[in-house]
Amino acid sequence: MRIVVDFDLCESNAICMGIAPEVFEVRDDDFLYVLDETPGEELRAKVEESVRRCPKQAISIAED
Amino acid sequence: MVEAEDRVPGDRPPLSKQVLAGDWTPEEARLPVQVDELEVDWELGRRATGLDLVERRLRLDDGRSVPFDGLVIATGASPRRLPGAEGLAGVHVLRTLEDCLAIRSDLDASPGRVVVVGAGFIGSEVAATCRQQGHEVAVVEALPVPMERIVGTDLGSLSADLHRDHGVQVRLGVGVEAIEGGDRVERLCLSDGSVVDADVVVVGIGVTPATGWLEGSGLAIDNGVVCDETLLAAPGVVAAGDIARWPNARFGEVMRVEHWENALDQGAAAARRLLAGDGPGERFEPVPWFWSDQYDRKIQLAGRSGPNDEVRIVHGTVEERRFVALFGRGGRVVGVLGVNRPRHVMQWRRRIIEAMTWEDGLALAAEEEAAAG
Repeated sequence: MRIVVDFDLCESNAICMGIAPEVFEVRDDDFLYVLDETPGEELRAKVEESVRRCPKQAISIAED
Repeated sequence: MVEAEDRVPGDRPPLSKQVLAGDWTPEEARLPVQVDELEVDWELGRRATGLDLVERRLRLDDGRSVPFDGLVIATGASPRRLPGAEGLAGVHVLRTLEDCLAIRSDLDASPGRVVVVGAGFIGSEVAATCRQQGHEVAVVEALPVPMERIVGTDLGSLSADLHRDHGVQVRLGVGVEAIEGGDRVERLCLSDGSVVDADVVVVGIGVTPATGWLEGSGLAIDNGVVCDETLLAAPGVVAAGDIARWPNARFGEVMRVEHWENALDQGAAAARRLLAGDGPGERFEPVPWFWSDQYDRKIQLAGRSGPNDEVRIVHGTVEERRFVALFGRGGRVVGVLGVNRPRHVMQWRRRIIEAMTWEDGLALAAEEEAAAG
């Protein structure tokens, strides 16, 4: 799985970071950084929850 | 799915921001679910008018009654209105897409003065959006310190200060005595005897849980539908969202939460409770969280906070409008307020989930500040 973030939609609420800090980090500049764009399957549940709970629906998973 | 609005529900937060500003089309304000994949029968534009718990039937406004095995009550809340404004054009509340588009259309037609009544989060977002669109904006709030009940006196002026930073006139501690005009609103008469001219008025003075249709049903109603710790209101009946009032065991507090994320989580929890049937069910004990975007500031609050809590600013300053404040109660960290500090808010939210003590919280905050230099 590959993480895709629509940065035009992202409002840096940091919900994703609260759920999957291994993958998402909102830094001091208030921007979201994807730490691991192709996380392992063991993180899938957390990533899917991040996708579902993003208030802006800015995250998606590409399977390629 | 019985829905009073005549369309499949959308996402509400953008209605006071992107859609109101005209930056997004209504279609872009979607819910984070594929509504058409739900495989439910929709009854759109249809209201529930009564509930019979003995016969287990729901009465609808077209006279039909529908049998059910399980019922999820999620009728939400209705915005409070100002008395005396009935039939006066240009006076709005903001709850539905229809409300949003009506305000939008008024703003487009008469780019005059907008008066927002109520400096809560909805009112403040509307004021910010209108101001950023170039309108002259005034905010009228009955409380002397708008957010005092939520964050105490020291931080309670935060959104009023943000408005003033952006050239919005803010009138605190004054109520609205009368709304006057011909066909359209022209002015508001305030409790201190002053008059404020208005071309468009948006009223954001809170909501009332939409429980009217449940009167006489036998369900306990008290500022919402009263549920147990698992969201069960009666056998086979659960409630979720703005309407549900339940004891959150984590905080030892009966609460009703009107925020976006809670609606999402509580809906899922209520469904699980319903499916658990006669089983014990799981307690629903979230650490609530919400955000409000006003101008270039993001206000986030996680957990609980009140005027009697201990409050400590652990990062940044109120003056720079970029800070983190902790709330302590009963020896524990119970809440965190952040302005443009989303990372900190989410870190502290985790610590609230872990039941961090107030003492440990302050020590950790001091350590982190020292490390950050």
